Amino acid sequence: MTEPSTPSAPPTVLLEHVAFQWPGSAFRFGVDRFRIEKAERVLLLGPSGGGKSTLLGLISGISQPQKGLIELLGTDLAKLSSAQRDRFRAEHLGVIFQMFNLLPYASALDNVRLGLSFAPKRERRVREKETPEKAAARLLTALGLPEDIQTGQPASLLSSGQQQRVAAARALIGDPELVIADEPTSALDGESQQAFLELIFKQLDRSGSSLLMVSHDERLSRWFDRVIRLADIKHREEAPDAATS
Amino acid sequence: MLLRLSLQSLANRRSTALLTILALAISIALFLSVERVRTGARASFGNTIAGTDLIVGARSGSVQLLLYSVFRIGNATNNMTWESYRDIADRPEVAWTVPISLGDSHRGFRVMGTTDAYFEHYRFRGNAPLTFAGGKRFDDLFDAVLGADVAADLGYKVGDPIVVAHGLGAVGFTKHEDMPFWVSGILAKTGTPVDRTVHVSLKAIEAIHVDWQSGARTPGRSTGADAVRAMDLTPKSITAVLVGVTSKLKTFRLQRHINEYPQEPLLAVLPGVALQELWSLIGVAESALAGVSGMVVLTALIGMVAAILSSLSERRREMAILRAVGAGPSIVGCLMILEAGTLALAGAFTGTFLFLAGLAIAGPIVDQAYGLYLPFSLPSGREFLILAGFVCGGILSGLVPAIGAYRMSLADGMTVRQ
Repeated sequence: MTEPSTPSAPPTVLLEHVAFQWPGSAFRFGVDRFRIEKAERVLLLGPSGGGKSTLLGLISGISQPQKGLIELLGTDLAKLSSAQRDRFRAEHLGVIFQMFNLLPYASALDNVRLGLSFAPKRERRVREKETPEKAAARLLTALGLPEDIQTGQPASLLSSGQQQRVAAARALIGDPELVIADEPTSALDGESQQAFLELIFKQLDRSGSSLLMVSHDERLSRWFDRVIRLADIKHREEAPDAATS
Repeated sequence: MLLRLSLQSLANRRSTALLTILALAISIALFLSVERVRTGARASFGNTIAGTDLIVGARSGSVQLLLYSVFRIGNATNNMTWESYRDIADRPEVAWTVPISLGDSHRGFRVMGTTDAYFEHYRFRGNAPLTFAGGKRFDDLFDAVLGADVAADLGYKVGDPIVVAHGLGAVGFTKHEDMPFWVSGILAKTGTPVDRTVHVSLKAIEAIHVDWQSGARTPGRSTGADAVRAMDLTPKSITAVLVGVTSKLKTFRLQRHINEYPQEPLLAVLPGVALQELWSLIGVAESALAGVSGMVVLTALIGMVAAILSSLSERRREMAILRAVGAGPSIVGCLMILEAGTLALAGAFTGTFLFLAGLAIAGPIVDQAYGLYLPFSLPSGREFLILAGFVCGGILSGLVPAIGAYRMSLADGMTVRQ
């Protein structure tokens, strides 16, 4: 299943000697080395509260490390302004949260299209083939959301399983290079978990995107190319130097 | 897309949003109403007398002359002689004159002696002439024409007899009961002091005072009404004169001439100037009113900010989602400003609608009851500026929740920490 990455292609994610501390909080977090290749599917296992969400915040460029290097697709996030980081995230990343992924008042289709709102290049990529509406509807259908509930009713009326499909479609639309998922299946029962992951993987196969999913559920391991335990990459002892940024 | 989402977000919180808009709308409607009443009152005031170029009376202050000759407030300190009046009336630049004589009253309403010319030349509210609701001008010596309020308050009809009291008290001690008057006509409502005036002819004023000297009845003398008719009733003095000139250009020359009249100290004032002067005295109340309604608008805006701020914490999710799809913190902040602006705009529109609806309903009633003419028209000029300023104020006050949302979305990052 794994596509060996060509040496010329930069890794999708690269973290080196990263140290982070929430401002005004004692919580410290460090990662010595972490890497995701192109089209690789990585499961990051760890207990809740262990810093998984912090790591996702760092990779998505919303939080800034005090020390160390974070590179996405060969771009050093520290070299970008905060506005450029926001744009970079919009263009190259799809994010699925644990739950409450959607704007509750907007329709499923609008929620999916929101994924393109701040990403003109991604939207252009979609428009080369079809309109964003069509792309969103096609993705939603592919992910198993019946067409009659894609528009015309607010997303808050959907079941939690349906909501996660919409969230997945939003993360996947326009084929971003990296999809980040923060325990996306925790709100689903075992059977729907598997169905949900299968649907996502099918889409990832088409787009060749990488996936980083964090979870505490080891049973998911068999679906992934690589499984990493948070404890293995975390660097607790080395206290980050909060003074430098 | 963002605009649509922000509207949907508002619609999602529609009960709060509608209440906020309602509060804003009421405050704006109130403000516009006060503004319209203010300008209406000012215009009504300024339109109390129109078409008259000069008001002439014995020398005193211009405001005082205006007060007693037009508003029937206070008394003339002095009269002007009939000779001076004739002298002025005969000048070539004078087109018409309306002599008036005050000093008597009827059950609290002033009695004014004048001539037919009064009905001809007195104008109010943009040159409207006096019209009769019933009856006709005074014809006979003892005919009286009542203002609308006099007739309504005292329940007089055409043909009723009335007795004029000497002096101005509501209950006159000395009455001219030997010479009663008959109501010959009742004027239509004007919204000016004319409504509260009993009009009789100058000669009638002279007639009822035939037996009087220095403000008291001469004992032992009683001339009958019929005998009076035979007498020469040319007045010896009058209170004031309304003057129309043949050409506006000659107004100032005539004014100077009258003010420098050698035989008698006289004063001629331009009604517009004197009205302006008087308005500046009572304009303080107007400013206070505007101040209060301004505070109401401010309160509504603060209420709106409070409503948006209280929605922020429950919308942290929404902001985290927006951040995740690449919206910068500034865009999240802009959404708050957009929301505040939308609410303010909706409030302004609804408020204008409420205001116009209220005006359409209450305008004619106010005109009827208080003689305050409020033109029904869309907000214009100053009112439009007020509306625009209000919307700008709404957008500006959106800065408060915007800064809150900006900070919050920076601190929360991608995950909501609570």
